[in-house]
Amino acid sequence: MNRVVITGQGTINALGRSVAETQDAMREGRCGIGPLDFRDVDRLSIRIGGQVRDYDAEDHFNRQQIALYDRFTQFTLLSAREAIAQSGLSFAGDLAARTGVVLGTSGGGLNTQDENYRSVYEDGKNRVHPFVVPKLMNNAAASHVSMEYNIKGPGFTVATACASSNHAMGLAYQLIRGGSADAVVTGGSEAMLCFGGVKAWEGLRVMSKDACRPFSANRNGMVQGEGAAVYVFESYEHARARGADIIAEIIGFAMSSDAADIVMPSKQGAARAMSGALRDGGIAPEQVSYINAHGTGTAANDKTECAAVADVFGAHADALMISSTKSMHGHAIGGTGAIELLACTMALREGVIAPTIGYEEPDPECALDIVPNEARDAKVDVVLSNAFAFGGFNAVLALRAV
Amino acid sequence: MDVRNKVIEIIAEQAVMDVEDVKPEQSLDDLGIDSLALVESIFAIEEAFDISVPFNANDPGSGEFDISSVGAIVKAVETLVVEQG
Repeated sequence: MNRVVITGQGTINALGRSVAETQDAMREGRCGIGPLDFRDVDRLSIRIGGQVRDYDAEDHFNRQQIALYDRFTQFTLLSAREAIAQSGLSFAGDLAARTGVVLGTSGGGLNTQDENYRSVYEDGKNRVHPFVVPKLMNNAAASHVSMEYNIKGPGFTVATACASSNHAMGLAYQLIRGGSADAVVTGGSEAMLCFGGVKAWEGLRVMSKDACRPFSANRNGMVQGEGAAVYVFESYEHARARGADIIAEIIGFAMSSDAADIVMPSKQGAARAMSGALRDGGIAPEQVSYINAHGTGTAANDKTECAAVADVFGAHADALMISSTKSMHGHAIGGTGAIELLACTMALREGVIAPTIGYEEPDPECALDIVPNEARDAKVDVVLSNAFAFGGFNAVLALRAV
Repeated sequence: MDVRNKVIEIIAEQAVMDVEDVKPEQSLDDLGIDSLALVESIFAIEEAFDISVPFNANDPGSGEFDISSVGAIVKAVETLVVEQG
């Protein structure tokens, strides 16, 4: 079985247009959530989000590319560019065939769907642009990464709602570990902040109108974000042989299904995914110093997640740190696990734990060290990253400092 | 439209019960209405009366809209219909 390491990372999200900007924001506990800015926002009751603001596609892509790249694809390509450049890899010959691309998204080209439905239903047009289908499809982002970088091995897209990118990264890890690939470009992207995207979420009545305050007793719901994060996962041998800079090692992964409710989280399902990741990586619970929480800021998730952590870690639950960076970048749905993994690599590499901002009141049902409001310096060796999706699909990654 | 009858009809449908078996003193728990059924009930009430109900599923118990019993919901809807009518 091959060891698997991260040799490149890239992102664009509400906190920044690069890994450095994003991690600086996490270190400073800066909030990227603000008033939403898009057409018809005045018809929404939820008007805040973690939007990538002042973004102009034309700054990055030409007209022909924009005709094919939905916003979620653009975010993916910008993140992939940063990650692949950092890795120093170029994909030709055998390496091209031994490299894969596995990305997560939930909504895929939702902006493209929204714009074109509006055009035919509201504006009464009877013709849409010829590239609507290849632009909106969920695998468009992964396909364009493959084409842009000549990646010719396994390629596919994973859609498990809020756990999409954790599932994608977990599968990328397994592909390399099992010998099916030497490198995989992986992570996830989401661009759901448009009228139809937010209107649908409003219906569930789980969104906050003012702030995302995970684990705080006065939390009142989730805040949606958008963006992408992309990584280069590579076999340790391959990375070492070429003298690559190794950011962190992936050492465990587990998935579980609640088989219970379509929206309510399950303590057992979450606990099975966390303990599964520990078992997969041969990790003793006491080795884990930090967990990047799913931490959505809903009443149900946060208390269920804390109870699951307490079940898995026992007395050690009180010694470890757990934070939710969704308080800063919002819940980027299918891209969120990838963006949140940046908090894990920052913890492992720089010894800085990203805070849970917006924390105001202790909740006895979330009585863990949630690193409130301010980042903390701490040397950590092993971390987990949690993602628990609607539909009851859970995916947890374990990482170690190298 | 009679607010009381319509609200009870909506709640009865979510509870999969006959209208005459839904009593004002009953709570949503008594009727077996879970969080998803509650969100659907609120939606049906908004559509039926063309009102906006202040309700956040993260904190269903407190807030401006009293859901402690069927009778309380009827009263709260009556108030909203007057306010927003």
